[in-house]
Amino acid sequence: MSEPSKAETAGVRDNSKASTPVALKQFYADMLLIRRFEEKAGQLYGMGLIGGFCHLYIGQEAVVVGMTAAKREGDQVITAYREHGHMLACGMDPKMVMSELTGRASGYSKGKGGSMHMFSAEKHFYGGHGIVGAQVPLGTGLAFANKYRGNDNVSITYFGDGAANQGQVYEAFNMAELWKLPVVYVIENNQYAMGTSVERSSAETHFYKRGSSFNIPGEQVDGMDAVAVHAAGQKAIAWCRAGNGPTILEMKTYRYRGHSMSDPAKYRSRDEVTAVREKRDPIEHLAQNLIAQKLASEDDLKAIDKETRAVVNAAAEYATASPEPDPAELYTDVLV
Amino acid sequence: MSIQILMPALSPTMEEGKLAKWLVKEGDEVHSGDILAEIETDKATMEFEAVDEGRIGKLLVAEGTEGVKVNQPIATLLGGDEKASPARPSPRSPLEGEPSSRSELGGGMAKAGPTPPPKAAKAASTLPQGDGVGELSDPEIPEGTEMVTMTVREALRDAMAEEMRRDDTVFLMGEEVAQYQGAYKVSQGLLEEFGARRVIDTPITEHGFAGLGVGAAFAGLRPIVEFMTWNFAMQAIDQIINSAGKTHYMSGGQMRAAIVFRGPNGPAARVGAQHSQDYSSWYSHVPGIKVIAPYFAADAKGLLKAAIRDPNPVIFLENEIAYGRSFPVPKLDDFVLPIGKARVVKPGRDVTLVAHSICVGLILEAAEKLAVEGIDAEIVDLRTLRPLDTATVIESVKKTNRLVTVEQGWPICSIGSEICSQVVEQAFDYLDAPPIKVTGKDVPMPYAANLEKLAIPHVEDVVAAVKVVCYRS
Ligand SMILES: Cc1ncc(C[n+]2csc(CCOP(=O)(O)OP(=O)(O)O)c2C)c(N)n1
Ligand SMILES: [Mg+2]
Repeated sequence: MSEPSKAETAGVRDNSKASTPVALKQFYADMLLIRRFEEKAGQLYGMGLIGGFCHLYIGQEAVVVGMTAAKREGDQVITAYREHGHMLACGMDPKMVMSELTGRASGYSKGKGGSMHMFSAEKHFYGGHGIVGAQVPLGTGLAFANKYRGNDNVSITYFGDGAANQGQVYEAFNMAELWKLPVVYVIENNQYAMGTSVERSSAETHFYKRGSSFNIPGEQVDGMDAVAVHAAGQKAIAWCRAGNGPTILEMKTYRYRGHSMSDPAKYRSRDEVTAVREKRDPIEHLAQNLIAQKLASEDDLKAIDKETRAVVNAAAEYATASPEPDPAELYTDVLV
Repeated sequence: MSIQILMPALSPTMEEGKLAKWLVKEGDEVHSGDILAEIETDKATMEFEAVDEGRIGKLLVAEGTEGVKVNQPIATLLGGDEKASPARPSPRSPLEGEPSSRSELGGGMAKAGPTPPPKAAKAASTLPQGDGVGELSDPEIPEGTEMVTMTVREALRDAMAEEMRRDDTVFLMGEEVAQYQGAYKVSQGLLEEFGARRVIDTPITEHGFAGLGVGAAFAGLRPIVEFMTWNFAMQAIDQIINSAGKTHYMSGGQMRAAIVFRGPNGPAARVGAQHSQDYSSWYSHVPGIKVIAPYFAADAKGLLKAAIRDPNPVIFLENEIAYGRSFPVPKLDDFVLPIGKARVVKPGRDVTLVAHSICVGLILEAAEKLAVEGIDAEIVDLRTLRPLDTATVIESVKKTNRLVTVEQGWPICSIGSEICSQVVEQAFDYLDAPPIKVTGKDVPMPYAANLEKLAIPHVEDVVAAVKVVCYRS
């Protein structure tokens, strides 16, 4: 970053709580759950059991798994429509997430929200938003409430490289720094906003610098490495929790699938996708490390995979067997 | 053990597609993520990836086959290595079900769209009908003019291309309009013909580029600003109303914004509350702008050309589900229609049905059902919502004495509310029954298939309302 980072000068970015072996295995399991869940969602979409827009998180799993491990109970999470992974990482029930995808009464929003709009008050997950960029002021407002109440919770506000060009993001940045609000802005730079690459949409493509003119410190992180994300997340959250104001983490990541299920993805080459999948896959990468460091055996990992598939299949079965919402639900929840 | 590979649904509105090309052959080993085939939908050619691992058994559908229904088996996959994927769902799991239940589920999704497309031939016969009343009228279509069948999508593209050819100040700007050819493929081919100076991909910054467009219009250019959908124009509504809509007035007529804001409006299929709503009455409320919402391809073309030439800001409301419908369009060098003129699509004696945009298709269908029961409905397509052609509606009501308005928007302060109010003011004595508004339900759009279906008006709702105003229920 061009400006000296305030976080660095303040010295809070120590690396003391590095990821433990147990945590690493959990990272693996958590990432795998997201991957298998999304694969299944893609399959159900193809069968017509999920409708509308369905944005898969495959490839980006390390970001949300690393960040979630760095937060604690009470910290809030908010993101856009590519949120299935965020919810699973928050500990939301795969059965209820999948049921929302199939539009059933047993879904998190009683079937009324769908793939893009799910929430869990219990898990402090604030959605699930369809309008690009809108969650950024909202997440800043969650941070405002923390400061107002005088608790030391932190808002983790995720948005994409495309969303980073919305004007309201900068209005939020200004207020966040001005009022020293505890919010970590996690920019998931997967290099494309629909069919538009970062280079074709952004005058400044180093998103961690986007806070510079508001004096918000930023850092670029390898978003394909859950351990690196976790370490950066811990530092950033500690910085916010200590009352220093907002911070930005730019996660360099990649989505393997099209923008949504209906995107033919002709704007990038098959080779580009294959290269990332083969060389930078967050799950493969961690699996190799676990085995190399003798923290897990091939059999351990196979067992995790088997267990994960069972969880996902059970979720899919539940989500397709559950009834649709009662017609009377059409009129409920409009007002409190 | 073998699994059937089914024709996938690759978009919210896809019901069938063409199996363009097989990229595997019988006997090939495949892994999840391998590309099996290329499939063409009405919008795009998509690659179809394997989910399960195994060996391709039989290819059941030959490449090049058109009209392959979603969920139809297209190949078989012989069981993969059980060790490699221990928990792969068995082909008999309730998820994958029997073919019959599968197609039922698939059909359920397909049916989530508001109306099945009317047959092109039927629509064709209703198109070149007589005018209503008032001073404005559609141009004469010379005897023997060739009628070309095209989709609404193509008609809109042609309108923009023709106007860009005749006027260098016209340019198109928006998200994914250039390289991607439009998120809904409306701007197909425009980048190639007009280049990057005039077909411009923007960042996702609606408020910014809408304002930039208005500024460029102040400076004398004629921007066409595409919103990927009108839902996202809410980010920009201040620039549309406060800057584009009011500057001519506030400047005492010195400054104008000849700008078109266009894109798909109204409920789409299964995309939930933030992506599925109708802005017709929102914009129609505002003085200083014009609002157009056509249904037929010819109207889309003639009115978009008029909008681009109009010196005022024009809101042009399209409809995603109607984009793919085909209608005849007169083959003329310069087919421009008057803004502010409704059209009587089909004359009738017993009741006036009024709608705009996709609901015109709905009332045409309803009219056919009503005809069977001996009720002869007059069909009025508003085409423009502001200025609203109340004269044509009132003339019709004076003849039929009964009125039903139909729209997808919410009921409160709706287009129907305005029409009913005008009719009551101007033709109260002609009414034989209180008018009825058929509208979307007064709730945000739900996602669940069954609730979504309940939230938007259907042919049966129109038929039922007509029976009430005709005292036939
Ligand atoms: C205000 C607004 N404009 C446009 C869209 C349509 N849209 C949905 S996602 C998207 C791309 C966003 O890209 P990015 O922020 O990079 O997130 P990613 O999809 O890569 O996760 C666009 C243009 C929208 N939902 N909201
Ligand atoms: Mg992106």
